[in-house]
Amino acid sequence: MKERLVRLEVLRYNPDTDTAAHFQRYEVSCPEEGVVLDALNKIKETIDPTLNYRWSCHMAVCGSCGMMINGEPKLSCHAFLREYDGVIRVEPLAHFPIERDLVTAPDDFIEKLKRVKPYLIPKAPKPISEGEYLQTPAQLKKYHRFTLCINCMLCYAACPEYGLTPKFIGPAAISLAHRYNQDSRDGGRDERQEIIASKEGVWECTFVGACSEVCPAHVDPASALQQVKIASSIDWFKEHLLPGGGK
Amino acid sequence: MSRNPLIREVPPTSWYFRHPRYLRYMAREITSLFVGAYCVFLVFAMQSLAAGQSSYEAFLVALRSPASIIFHLLALAAALYHAATWFNATQKAMPIQRGEEFVPGKLISGAHYLAWAVLSIVILFIAGVF
Repeated sequence: MKERLVRLEVLRYNPDTDTAAHFQRYEVSCPEEGVVLDALNKIKETIDPTLNYRWSCHMAVCGSCGMMINGEPKLSCHAFLREYDGVIRVEPLAHFPIERDLVTAPDDFIEKLKRVKPYLIPKAPKPISEGEYLQTPAQLKKYHRFTLCINCMLCYAACPEYGLTPKFIGPAAISLAHRYNQDSRDGGRDERQEIIASKEGVWECTFVGACSEVCPAHVDPASALQQVKIASSIDWFKEHLLPGGGK
Repeated sequence: MSRNPLIREVPPTSWYFRHPRYLRYMAREITSLFVGAYCVFLVFAMQSLAAGQSSYEAFLVALRSPASIIFHLLALAAALYHAATWFNATQKAMPIQRGEEFVPGKLISGAHYLAWAVLSIVILFIAGVF
C-alpha cells in the first residue's frame, strides 16, 4: 500500500493550563488513500496520545468528526489527504467554544435543536387501534431531503451570521423544523413558527448560502430557510390583510 | 473536571476575508448599493422632467458626460450581477413539486431569466428603441 508523508498543523488547547490556543506541528506517514481522520488517529496512536478530537463511524454518517480543515468546515473522515498539498491546518469547528484541542462544546446547538421541537406533533391524538398514519410517496418526497441532516454542525461553522449573532437559531435547527412543518402527518407548525419565524429565527439569515455549500449530507439548509421566509411572509400578509387573520 | 471552554470572537469588520464564498456574498450585497443609487438617479430624472423643458434638456446634456457614462456602466454591471445571483437563488427559495418529482432548478431559474428578457424587450419597445 502506497504511503505519503502528511504534515499537519493542529490547534491545541488545554483548558487546565492554557489561556489561549496554539498550533502544534506533526509529521506522519499515512496510506495514500487515507483521510485527515486517519492522520489524526496515527498521530494519537504513535506520536501524541494527548491529542483530543471526536469521531465515531469513519463513514460520514455519524457527524461527530467535523473540523475546520484549511479553513473549510469538513468531516475529517471525508477529507481525503490526496486533495491537500503542503501543511494541512486542522482547527476545531468555527463559531463554537473549544472544549479541548479539536473538541468543541455543542451545547448551544443542542439547546436550539430542542427549542424547534424536531419531532412529529400529531394534529389530533389518535389511539394505536386506529392504525398508522398514512403518507403518499409524493408527501414523503416533499420533506425527505431535510431528513438527511446528521447534526454535524458544519453549517453552523460555515454560517457567518451565526458567528456574528450567536442567538441565531441557525441552519440545521431551522431546516429540521421545516422538515416537520412539511410533513403531512404533523400539526405542530404554529408551535415551531413562534421560534423559527422570530427575529432570532429565520430573519437573521441573509442567504450567504455557505451552509448548503458545506453540508456533507446535501440537505440544502439555505433552501429550507428561504422557504421558511416565504411561508412566514405569507402568514404575515394573511394575518394583516385578510379578514379574521386568514384563519 | 471543571469546564473552561475557549470562546473565539468573530472579527465583526473583516470576517468576509476568511473565505472566497464570503467575498462573493459581500459582492452581491454591495451591488445593491448601485441598484439603490440608480433609483435615486431616476428620481432626479423625474424631478428635472417635472421642472420644465430647459431643466430636462440640461439633464440630458449631463447624461452624456463621461462621469454619467461611467456611472451607468457600473450600475448596469452591478444590476446584472445582482439580478443573476437572485435568479440563480430562486430555485432554492421556490422549489416546485409535480407529483413525486421536483421541477429541475434550472427550469425555475431559467423561467426568471426568460421573463427578464421579455420584459426588457417590452420596455425597450415602449421606449422606442425598435
